Amino acid sequence: MTTPSSATKRAPGTLLPREKRTTLTGLLVKVVFLGMVAAVAIWLIPLLVHFEMWVWLGVVIAATVAVFAIYLTKRFIPAKYIFPGTFFLCVLLIVPVGMTVNYSFTNFSDGARGSQEAAVRSIIGNSVVQTPDSPIYNLTIGTRASVAEGPFTFFLVDRADPDGPVQHGSADEGLTDFDGATVVDGRVTAADGYTILTPREINAAFDAILETVVLVDDSSAIRVQGINTAFQGRATLEYDEESGTIRNLDTGETYQPGLVGNSYFFVDSEGNRAFTQSWLQHIGWDNYARLLGDQNIRSQFLDAFVWTVVFATGSVFLTFIVGFFLAVTLNDPRLRFRRTMRSFLLLPYAVPGFISILVWASFFNRDFGLINETLGISLNWLGDPVLAKIAILLTNTWLGFPYMFIVCTGALQSIPGDVKEAAEIDGATGLQRTFRVTMPLLLVAVAPLLVASFAFNFNNFNLIQLLTRGGPFQLGQFTRGSTDILISMVYRIAFGGSGADFGFASAVSVSLFIITGIIAAMQFRLTRRLEDIA
Amino acid sequence: MTILGSVTRQATDTADASGRPPKIDHKMPFGRWAREVGWRYVVGIAALVFAAFPIVYVISASLNPIGTVASTSIVPQHGFSLVHYRSLLEGSVGPFVQWYLNTLLVCTVVAGVSIVSSTLAAYAFSRLRFKGRRASLLTVMLIMMFPNVLAMIAIFTLFSDIGRIIPQIGLSTVLGYCLAMTGGALGQVWLIKGTMDSIPKSLDEAALIDGAGHFTIFSRILLPILRPIIATTTLLAFVGVVSEFMIGSIFLTDINSRTLAVGLFNLLENDRSANFGLFAAGAVMAMIPVILLFQYLQKFIVGDATSGAVKG
Repeated sequence: MTTPSSATKRAPGTLLPREKRTTLTGLLVKVVFLGMVAAVAIWLIPLLVHFEMWVWLGVVIAATVAVFAIYLTKRFIPAKYIFPGTFFLCVLLIVPVGMTVNYSFTNFSDGARGSQEAAVRSIIGNSVVQTPDSPIYNLTIGTRASVAEGPFTFFLVDRADPDGPVQHGSADEGLTDFDGATVVDGRVTAADGYTILTPREINAAFDAILETVVLVDDSSAIRVQGINTAFQGRATLEYDEESGTIRNLDTGETYQPGLVGNSYFFVDSEGNRAFTQSWLQHIGWDNYARLLGDQNIRSQFLDAFVWTVVFATGSVFLTFIVGFFLAVTLNDPRLRFRRTMRSFLLLPYAVPGFISILVWASFFNRDFGLINETLGISLNWLGDPVLAKIAILLTNTWLGFPYMFIVCTGALQSIPGDVKEAAEIDGATGLQRTFRVTMPLLLVAVAPLLVASFAFNFNNFNLIQLLTRGGPFQLGQFTRGSTDILISMVYRIAFGGSGADFGFASAVSVSLFIITGIIAAMQFRLTRRLEDIA
Repeated sequence: MTILGSVTRQATDTADASGRPPKIDHKMPFGRWAREVGWRYVVGIAALVFAAFPIVYVISASLNPIGTVASTSIVPQHGFSLVHYRSLLEGSVGPFVQWYLNTLLVCTVVAGVSIVSSTLAAYAFSRLRFKGRRASLLTVMLIMMFPNVLAMIAIFTLFSDIGRIIPQIGLSTVLGYCLAMTGGALGQVWLIKGTMDSIPKSLDEAALIDGAGHFTIFSRILLPILRPIIATTTLLAFVGVVSEFMIGSIFLTDINSRTLAVGLFNLLENDRSANFGLFAAGAVMAMIPVILLFQYLQKFIVGDATSGAVKG
């Protein structure tokens, strides 16, 4: 009989280190979880194939494989813990960031959104005119997706033949017959699998609806006329697929793709744009070149950058001074009601930001605002460039001082009292003690938080947008307002008024991201160095 | 030490008739009190006024029946009226109650996902050794610095696509918005990891010897100790989403799917002066729970903002 080789005597029932017992609940949880993942994958994959969304198909397959690999085996232990958060990070943060980087190399804008096919379809569809023998239809608009965005499907009942087949058409699929529609009084009132839009919804989404071109064949298309009528008209333009040109059937002119600026449009024989519609194209580094090269743009960005730095530094400075002063003042143990005072001073921090900022915006109203009324003056806060900047800093001080107050209070309490006593014995006055002894010690502790506050305010979009929207604008300037920080300026380029230029805005966003990243790196290095000092 | 000076001075008074030692008057003379302590109260009250006046103003605006900026002041001058509250709750300017519920749903879901993801990941970054640990933590922190606002178009296109496959989480849906907000799920990793680092590893080792596996150590030993920081970060994550309105306003176009922030923002956008009373009433109803939560968890916030801030 052989004796066990282990040297230690173990009590029955205990395990050696690292010999884990798999519990029944653990196994059950794992099975259920993996089962659900598999079920979701099985459901999604055919759908994605049907819609031909290959990138998403890849994502789903990769994610499913990853889940099974990570959670089925005993290896990859760190991955088991990091995977959930990373999954969300990848799909909802990294993917949009990647898409934005991609857009920055394109001419993505209002006039250039879709593929060249879509552009051609839109051009031809817009050229459709009504002829005397155009069939007229009673129109019902439905969608399988969002009632605000589409894509929309038109349900048509021929007015000349109200009992005939109902047809349906969309931009992608042309016009085909449709079963499963309920027709009342020659009009479709319901359709299987579609949500029918109400008149109000049609009104709200009318632009998107007008953009929907349903091609019936190569030379005619359905056009919407009002909210419940459509006609099938004759296209006056024709697209020749082989040569890639568009021909005007009435005048005989042909248009071909030509470079205008940095994008391709359909141009006439003299190289002028025939239509405003363009399509999404890669333009390489053009957006970045424009950002760095165009004199006007560069100076605007530089100005905005300067103010962003001033604003961020000023905010940190002001909030710190106020917070520090209050912390030192209210730190005396002889003071009663300290806890109550502290909880009241926390209020600005507790109120949701968008509410506070909008309320403060009302304070700066020139005629009725609280500030002008209380002080009996009539300053045009939000209309004057300098005053607007002061307004921003004042508001941000209100928003930020509680945080600094709390932080400084905590740090003050952990500064050993004997240092202050020693200074007092040496004859230092109260003020000298505060500034020469307490503050340096405090700054070392609080510095990382100050730098973090700087980084936060550098991209503090909410404050600028809600308080001043970046205004007031100097004469002749439309892109940069007096209180615009970089991020709010980029927002206006992307979404502001006329000719929103997403490609260019994306390029600026990426540049802004790089700048923020550099600041973050510096912040991290500073934190490390301070940790070594302390 | 300096207080002793005044005490000893008064103690030299002669004893009274009964022979007991004279009662020592510990109170400071008023002049000194004012110089050393009294002024602090003055500053404190001034600061309190500064901190609280906008909030008082909003409450006053919400009770002001006229409801414009012009007619509102800190002290209500036109009488008290709950007309704005009534209009909002009845739904005459929009499904306010629905907005409230949407906000609660979004904040809860996002805070939940955030805390679970962050705590799990913090365990890995704090306790497990693997290649690229520091680098990946830094990378995660860095990526999360990308301002979400600028990725709006990308998110919009992303969810357009998602909505075609699974309409329930597409554009204009509350669930879709929840999903869009979970991009920052790892936002609390840094704080939690920092706190976890300060828990001695000997606890882990003791559990290991007793045969516990990683997940047991994590759930039975570390999580209970981390309760305060988890409370704080849950609050931070919850409140972080309340104020989000930019992405919400392009995402939640359907009026029934809006959150409080988007709904109230649009309300004020439509008419900055006349709708102010309504906005104020909505703001008060939105503020109260958050403020109460903050007061309740105040002790954790004050503690954790500075724990480990000063060394030695």
